[in-house]
Amino acid sequence: MTETTYRIQGASGEWEVVIGLEVHAQVSSNAKLFSGAATAFGAEPNSQVSLIDAAMPGMLPVPNKECIRQAVRTGMAINAEINKYSRFDRKNYFYADLPQGYQISQLYHPIVGEGSLTIEADEKAGIPEDKVIGIERIHVEQDAGKLMHDQHPTMSYVDLNRVGVALMEIVSRPDMRSPAEAGAYVSKLRQILRYVGSCDGNMDQGSMRADVNVSVRRPGGELGTRTETKNVNSVRFVMQAIEHEASRQVDVLESGGKIVQETRLFDPNTGSTRSMRSKEDAHDYRYFPDPDLLPLILEDAFLEDCRASLPELPDAKKARYENELGLSAYNAQVLTADVDTARWFEVLLGETAKAAGKAPAEVSKQAANWLISELFGALNKLGTSLEESPVTPEKGGALLALIAKGTISGSAAKQVLEIMLETGDEAEAIVEREGLKQESDTGAIEAEVDTILAANADKVEQYKAGKVALFGFFVGQTMKAMKGKGNPQVVNEILKAKLG
Amino acid sequence: MSVDTATVAKIASLARIKVSESELEAMVPELNGILAWVEQLGEVDTANVEPMTAVIPNTLRLRDDVVDADPLTGGGRRDAVLANAPVAEHGFFGVPKVIE
Amino acid sequence: MTELTELGVAAIRDGVKAGDFTAVEVADAFNANVAAAQEALNAFIIATPEKATEAAKATDARRAAGEDLGKMGGVPIGMKDLFATFDVQTTAASHILEGFKPQYESTVSQNLWNAGAGMLGKLNLDQFAMGSSNETSYFGNVISPWRKAGSNAPLAPGGSSGGSSAALAARLCPAATGTDTGGSIRQPAAFTGTTGIKPTYGRCSRWGVVAFASSLDQAGPMARSTQDCAIMLEAMAGFDPKDATSLELPVPNWEALLSADLSGKTVGIPREYRMDGMDAEIVALWDQGVAWLKDAGAKVIDISLPHTKYALPTYYIIAPAEASSNLARYDGVRYGLRDLPDGANLQDMYAATRAAGFGAEVKRRILIGTYVLSAGFYDAYYTQAQKVRTLISQDFAKAFEECDVILAPTTPTAAFALGENVDDPLSMYLNDVFSVPASLAGLPAMSVPAGLSKDGLPLGLQIIGKAFDEQGVLNAGLAIEQRAQFTAKPEKWW
Repeated sequence: MTETTYRIQGASGEWEVVIGLEVHAQVSSNAKLFSGAATAFGAEPNSQVSLIDAAMPGMLPVPNKECIRQAVRTGMAINAEINKYSRFDRKNYFYADLPQGYQISQLYHPIVGEGSLTIEADEKAGIPEDKVIGIERIHVEQDAGKLMHDQHPTMSYVDLNRVGVALMEIVSRPDMRSPAEAGAYVSKLRQILRYVGSCDGNMDQGSMRADVNVSVRRPGGELGTRTETKNVNSVRFVMQAIEHEASRQVDVLESGGKIVQETRLFDPNTGSTRSMRSKEDAHDYRYFPDPDLLPLILEDAFLEDCRASLPELPDAKKARYENELGLSAYNAQVLTADVDTARWFEVLLGETAKAAGKAPAEVSKQAANWLISELFGALNKLGTSLEESPVTPEKGGALLALIAKGTISGSAAKQVLEIMLETGDEAEAIVEREGLKQESDTGAIEAEVDTILAANADKVEQYKAGKVALFGFFVGQTMKAMKGKGNPQVVNEILKAKLG
Repeated sequence: MSVDTATVAKIASLARIKVSESELEAMVPELNGILAWVEQLGEVDTANVEPMTAVIPNTLRLRDDVVDADPLTGGGRRDAVLANAPVAEHGFFGVPKVIE
Repeated sequence: MTELTELGVAAIRDGVKAGDFTAVEVADAFNANVAAAQEALNAFIIATPEKATEAAKATDARRAAGEDLGKMGGVPIGMKDLFATFDVQTTAASHILEGFKPQYESTVSQNLWNAGAGMLGKLNLDQFAMGSSNETSYFGNVISPWRKAGSNAPLAPGGSSGGSSAALAARLCPAATGTDTGGSIRQPAAFTGTTGIKPTYGRCSRWGVVAFASSLDQAGPMARSTQDCAIMLEAMAGFDPKDATSLELPVPNWEALLSADLSGKTVGIPREYRMDGMDAEIVALWDQGVAWLKDAGAKVIDISLPHTKYALPTYYIIAPAEASSNLARYDGVRYGLRDLPDGANLQDMYAATRAAGFGAEVKRRILIGTYVLSAGFYDAYYTQAQKVRTLISQDFAKAFEECDVILAPTTPTAAFALGENVDDPLSMYLNDVFSVPASLAGLPAMSVPAGLSKDGLPLGLQIIGKAFDEQGVLNAGLAIEQRAQFTAKPEKWW
């Protein structure tokens, strides 16, 4: 059992923080959970609202198969129990962003049961070892609409575009003990969701939000009363909210107060949390099975289909990069951190291997190093991202193959990359145009070497007498004579042979 | 179980129905009469009985993930959505200002 | 020739097709009756003569062009104001929806228009279909065209489809839509000497029908004969992908397969329906029904439905619970009434709107439903009720191992006077004692007029069938209809 050492130093001693997260992840689907309206972000107000979403009289929900499929695939990705029998329940409350007067959710029989994910050791963050975080359940539910309070002096405006968009609520066990662990959990979850393709993970667009449950206790003691901070929408804010909320609770407790179980709001501007105006009946949601919907029974064929469609997941991919491709743990980590990077890398690797006529494992290190140190660096300088890179993985692969085949030198490759980033041209065309091809023809190099050795007979004597440092001189002279286009490896080999 | 005026007031508040004191007074005996009557269900032995979920055997059908396939269930019809609104401005519904 | 307004669905359909009269003539005749009776009977919330005429013209044009006229070609009907009709006010008889013009058409009404029917108007009903007398309508009572012999006291047309039943009995329409949650088609049919069938739950789409209790609500036809009901049910029913509880089954040819020959069929008589202190007239009618069905060739046996006495209390937990949630959408934000007192915040607006918009019975049921679902009570009330509902359904399943249909009275009494039960919700609820069990089990059930009470008021017999076996129900109904020879009609006083 891993124990993290994150503690809050109170006046009366140490406090331990207990954290559980409920992450709401928007399911990637074209249409909403129960209607055919679109889910795209940023549309005109109320333009993506069906009669069903607006809860017109007599309207009925019919579930979207894709939303169910994505929830099941997500469950499988966290090794969770998939419930072949689940039901939709109504959660009843009144608010202007909730046209039906109830949210269709799953309380009693969620679609996904117990699962878990592993957060990786991170010494710097105070996570000494890998740690398994339990996930209690995932259920599918409807998102609510949006109220705008600043458009009119006496009115709030209601936009129902988000009403009915499918969310997965992913409920963790209270297994986290530090802000860093919570941050790592959200990052890992986001990584998995993006790999699975069930959520785009765009936290700034609200595709992922976390409700943060925090309580404090004496280390190893009885659980304290928790508060729930709603709708925190970045990893950093999650960590800030926990830090703030935990120390607030410690302050309250140490000054003789009691923690009230309540809902709180996070203010990103101050990094603090504050109590939401409590409503006396806020917690009587009168859940009951939605009589408009029958129990959801998942067939084996559907489940098999879901499982077969799962991609290689981050942990497995990272292990494969290390074990099969021989990459360093660091490089494997960097390349698998985001599904788009991994996808890019794999195309690059495939193209490089194909063009160079080699096995992927033979060019993997070269490809990884080039992507991480060359391309990332260059893109960084340009202030752009891999997604927007003018160099596609196919073009990158062609470039790397030129190095692997000895057509160009490493230094020439840097030059080619710069031009590629500017023009988007193919590597080969640039090499041709700029005359960057290096000479690998042994005959031509031999002739140059012979000339150099003949002209420097004294140095050859000294070398043979033991002044081996002169080897570099011969290389330099040969390269100079060849205007830098001689393949250094071939030059080396020939010089070594000639000098005996 | 019987209800008193405080309980009825709480239920009415949960249901968002404003009731006057005199209405409350009148409702208490009515609701108690109905509740006392439905409570006879308590005498039925349901120890090994599952609650009904589907009245007629039927399975939940799922819809394909297609946007606006049918105007009756799709979006992109703001005019229809706002047509009966008591207050609609700039494409929004208007409600009394909410302070969160 | 008989007056056109005396004709039923089949006669109008056939007459228009044969060219005996035009669809426009039929529409005109019914439009005139609707207008003439409106003040006295208040059967319609709004009349839509132009819709009826428009559809009739289309039918006549199709006939002229030699096209198929549809199952209901040329038949004008009344539409219960619980069905959303495009751009035509749809209110559920509630103030909270006054002025609401849906920008959509319910599946069932669309099916009817597609079959060639036309709309005479939107029929009055109990508010949100909650009631058994039509006294909960915001738009005023419907007055039954029937009167007790020697009395002018206004009678209830039944409910909730009371506008439908009154309009049929008064010859304001040849057929009307109804909806039945706990008896709302069968009880008003029985009170007015008309015929109505609630099909198996899921036969008719609920899409676009203002919801009362989703697991019970089912639309069905009301008319003046079994055949007319069969024709109209064929037009109304069918799989609808927009309703997740819709049955994915073909619509049978109920009309073509009608047969009053019940040889080889077994009719069950549930002993629990024979209640203490039951009206002797009702008992006699029931016995008469048994004799008729035997005469039609059926074997009659006693059956037991042991949980019958729990059906009503079960219903009065489940229906209000579902209703309390279904009616949460009426909040004054997106459509319908908004009551915004000075200085009111959003939650105040909800409470004021709903207080002003809902009638007393609707509020009562919302409060009961809210209470039974609230924290701490859910299992004792709601879960227990759903378990008892399972038992009630199992009772029927077991009974149907031995019989094909069940015969029972539709109501415990003939029509009562308006105001008689209005102050006592419980005694009003007891009206549904014979109709609610079939609703809880989702079974097809119909009421057929079978005779008159000593006061000269209609009485109905109910036939309950197996799930999906509307044919068996209709056939037994036809056997009774042929033997009862019910031809009585209210004397015109309006």
